[in-house]
Amino acid sequence: MSDLRELYQEVILDHSKHPRNSRALPAANHHADGHNPLCGDRLKLYVQVDNGVISDIGFTGAGCAISTASASMMTEALKGKTVAEAEALFQRFHHMLTGAPDEQPSEDEVESLDKLGAFAGVREFPVRVKCATLAWHTLQAALKDQPAPASTE
Amino acid sequence: MTTTAPIRPSRPTSKPPRFDAAAIRRDFPLLQQKMRGKPLAYLDNAATSQKPQAVIAAIARYYNSLNANIHRGVYELSADATEAYEKARGKAAQFIGASDPREVIFVRGATEAINLVASSWGVVGIKPGDEIIVSALEHHSNIVPWQMLCQWQGAVLKVIPMNDAGELDLDAYAKLLNHRTRMVAVTHISNALGTINDVERIATMAHDAGAKVLIDGAQSVPHLAIDVKVLGCDFFVFSGHKVFGPTGIGALWARAQLLEAMPPYQGGGDMIASVTFEKTTYNVIPAKFEAGTPHIAGAIALASAFDYVNNIGFDAIAAQERDLLEYATGQLSSVPGLKLLGTAAHKAAVISFNLDGVHPHDVGTILDGEGVAVRTGHHCCQPVMDRLNVPATVRASFAFYNTREDIDRLVAALGRVKEVFG
Repeated sequence: MSDLRELYQEVILDHSKHPRNSRALPAANHHADGHNPLCGDRLKLYVQVDNGVISDIGFTGAGCAISTASASMMTEALKGKTVAEAEALFQRFHHMLTGAPDEQPSEDEVESLDKLGAFAGVREFPVRVKCATLAWHTLQAALKDQPAPASTE
Repeated sequence: MTTTAPIRPSRPTSKPPRFDAAAIRRDFPLLQQKMRGKPLAYLDNAATSQKPQAVIAAIARYYNSLNANIHRGVYELSADATEAYEKARGKAAQFIGASDPREVIFVRGATEAINLVASSWGVVGIKPGDEIIVSALEHHSNIVPWQMLCQWQGAVLKVIPMNDAGELDLDAYAKLLNHRTRMVAVTHISNALGTINDVERIATMAHDAGAKVLIDGAQSVPHLAIDVKVLGCDFFVFSGHKVFGPTGIGALWARAQLLEAMPPYQGGGDMIASVTFEKTTYNVIPAKFEAGTPHIAGAIALASAFDYVNNIGFDAIAAQERDLLEYATGQLSSVPGLKLLGTAAHKAAVISFNLDGVHPHDVGTILDGEGVAVRTGHHCCQPVMDRLNVPATVRASFAFYNTREDIDRLVAALGRVKEVFG
């Protein structure tokens, strides 16, 4: 059960029940669809980038608590960041979740992710890593203006 | 060493023989192990079944003492392996009520069997404008091969709709049937919802319209005594791993004259009578459809699974599973916020449900933490999910080795979900 408490931290449960920035931004200059074919979760991400800065970001879609909270907390973390900063954050987030089992993320690493560090517990649930990264893969697709939906597969 | 199920032959009474679940469970080594420090409550039998020691031993015995390629060697070992493989074919035929073992083609599983029929029968049996009917309850494996065939041949796919309970609308089906209908491919039991379809009636109606009938028996073979003659179908397919046998082995049954008229599915060794660069003549059935070295060990071990199931008997299995279904339905119905999906009057021991406000994947992860293994997701039935307007469900599916205690643990674990999600 301790692992489950690590996974479903209060901040994650809060964001899953009350997702922030959960709204369509039809006029946004970047958007992409994300799809986790394994579980059927779908996400639509809208990103407004002005002069290299993410000035607004929103998402719509249904998913599990982990994927909804991840999308919510990602949008919160990215607003006001530059595209380069967003990319760097994704790399650190991804490493925290998918690093080899013998290289546990350091406390500094987790702390540097601020609130996103709450997802460190997902490491222990390999089948759920894709839930936590779906929004981020969709962000990559949106920033690169990929026409095909981002997929976790 | 082999173990046998501790069930006496059925007595001539209406009461099924007493079912010793504890003894049965001891036959399944995997059920003895702990998951996440807790005893395993394995409730994902619609995905795959666990294997009795007798099946595991049959695989080891084959590789320890019988391994040789079949239908080839003149030496004794090869002849013995061939005999065991063909004996397994006979047992498979018997298990589904087929009188002629030549009508059983060993394949990888139900999926390959359906692809075989779509590729082989389909390309000669289907012309542009012809119609193929499937149902709203189908697994992707009984949809996609027909969609592919429709694309190749310019045919049209039609779908028998279902009601909110997950029962097929046979009045609508009657309206779909017409002189262009060539094939009706339906599942015997829905893997996602547990609905048992009236396949005999579906087959009769199809035949009256002049169409062939394929029944997907992947979910029925482990739970019901099958007699393909009574079902009245033209093709019947199933997977070994769902009926307590190994993965990678299954069977297609079809009437001999149909198989004889069909072109080969794959080319290669064993499926030929003679080969020259100018002309190849094909072998007779069933070899015509079994190109290459088959899963010999799998077929032999599958026969052991049939022996094991026959030894328990379908009367006892049905009684046990009926008890599990009734008990689980009652217990789960009393869980606050739980909604059952699939409430057909005629149902197998499969229960799909959702918990209000909690995504099935989160339910599955928390149940896993309690040692309860269920399937969560779309169950390879996205059209069923779309029809019920849910992205996914939690599914508990039972086998005869499950107990009321497994269900109590499922219900208790659902309480943990409430604790985490409030």
